[in-house]
Amino acid sequence: MEKNKINPKIEILVIGGSAGSFEVLLQILPKIKFDIDFVVLVVLHRKHNSNTSIADLFGNKTSIPVYECEDKDSLVPGNIYFAPADYHLLIEKDRTVSLDYSEKENYSRPAIDITFKSASDVFKEKTLAVLLSGANRDGANGLKYISQNYGTTIVQDPNEAEISTMPNEALKIFEPNYILGFKEIIKLINSL
Amino acid sequence: MIAIDIVGDEDLELLLEEVASVYGYDFTDYSKASIKRRINRICLIDKHKSFTELRYKILNDQSYLSRFIEEVTVNVTEMFRDPTFYKTLKEKIIPQLGVNSFIKVWIAGCSTGEEVYSISILLHEAKLAHKAIIYATDINPTVLETAKKGIYPISQMKLYTENYQNSNGTEDFSTYYSANYDHVKFKEYLRKNVIFSTHNLVSDRSFNEFQLVICRNVLIYFDKILQDKVFNLFDGSLESLGYLALGSKETIRFSDLNLTYKQINKEKIWKKTR
Repeated sequence: MEKNKINPKIEILVIGGSAGSFEVLLQILPKIKFDIDFVVLVVLHRKHNSNTSIADLFGNKTSIPVYECEDKDSLVPGNIYFAPADYHLLIEKDRTVSLDYSEKENYSRPAIDITFKSASDVFKEKTLAVLLSGANRDGANGLKYISQNYGTTIVQDPNEAEISTMPNEALKIFEPNYILGFKEIIKLINSL
Repeated sequence: MIAIDIVGDEDLELLLEEVASVYGYDFTDYSKASIKRRINRICLIDKHKSFTELRYKILNDQSYLSRFIEEVTVNVTEMFRDPTFYKTLKEKIIPQLGVNSFIKVWIAGCSTGEEVYSISILLHEAKLAHKAIIYATDINPTVLETAKKGIYPISQMKLYTENYQNSNGTEDFSTYYSANYDHVKFKEYLRKNVIFSTHNLVSDRSFNEFQLVICRNVLIYFDKILQDKVFNLFDGSLESLGYLALGSKETIRFSDLNLTYKQINKEKIWKKTR
């Protein structure tokens, strides 16, 4: 499904995922071509206090540099960033990261809604957002907000998502530009 | 649905300038994205329909100011948060502090006090509490009242006990508090050596010299310039060979202190080398 042409000047690809998204990200991230000229930022719900670094986990599988954000890190095009576990992640106008340890939102910290909105406020129509598998409703409102701000939105095909609640929650409230399986998502990202 | 921001960038700037000049609380160098989110959140919760309405309320109702400060400053905290951090404190830092005849610790931005009791427990277990004093400060007098009481919901104790055990705590955690219905009260002896006081990191100066300054998840709400200023305040408040401890995603990497401080293990603890 394709509603309209994708904005050719994407500056940030922001991906939100929860339960069932880890495996999808293991499929998607390593296949993103090396010479991307936009920022990739991933908000993935996961357990706090795990000893393995998510940056190492994914860094070993791709030639793109992968970082877990620290406070005030700059988001540099060509890199992949993960929101750290147990912090909300906001983006400043100068494209540095501000972390936030306030109340959970949608029972989640990091909350996908918070980062999606923040990305949209800074990158506006140059935002491309993907919402993947998950068991709650985080991300749906943020994705809609991006869409209203003329960003491009993709929802993982609920038929393919391991847990379809999160994609379905988004589809309930608005119509994204694309509903795609992970293979098409990779193809689309690499066509940018 | 995510509401469109009621308070925009220019409104925010105006409001923060006015709050600073009228009340002396200076939030102008806070991280813009987070404070803007907090203030828009207040508008939603307190049902201000416009920026004008919020601004009028803050500038004309002094009693509302404390609510504003409470909501703008984040007061989410827990005991023994990041157990590996506390493990390093317990095993590497506290024993070092023990060589001093008198131990002074500053917990800056102590919020409702959960960290204060955690540190006090560590000092007691190391049998150093008798010669230690903890200065626990926060910008917000309301949270300090909670901190002084040491009363917390019993529902939190499962998590805090797990955190404590994961930090290699060996005592029975429940000996540190008495339970009463749905709340617990931490024991009196844990706050005997604690001085609770308001202190504003933006406008107040250094007030003593310490061997350990702990300031966790406070600097994330400041922009880089203000962070730098506060790092200098901490530097001026630390004895040589003293320790600075930050939150798990905070860093001195962007500041001058990077040159004269040495990181301990992989934890966010730095030792002042001169």
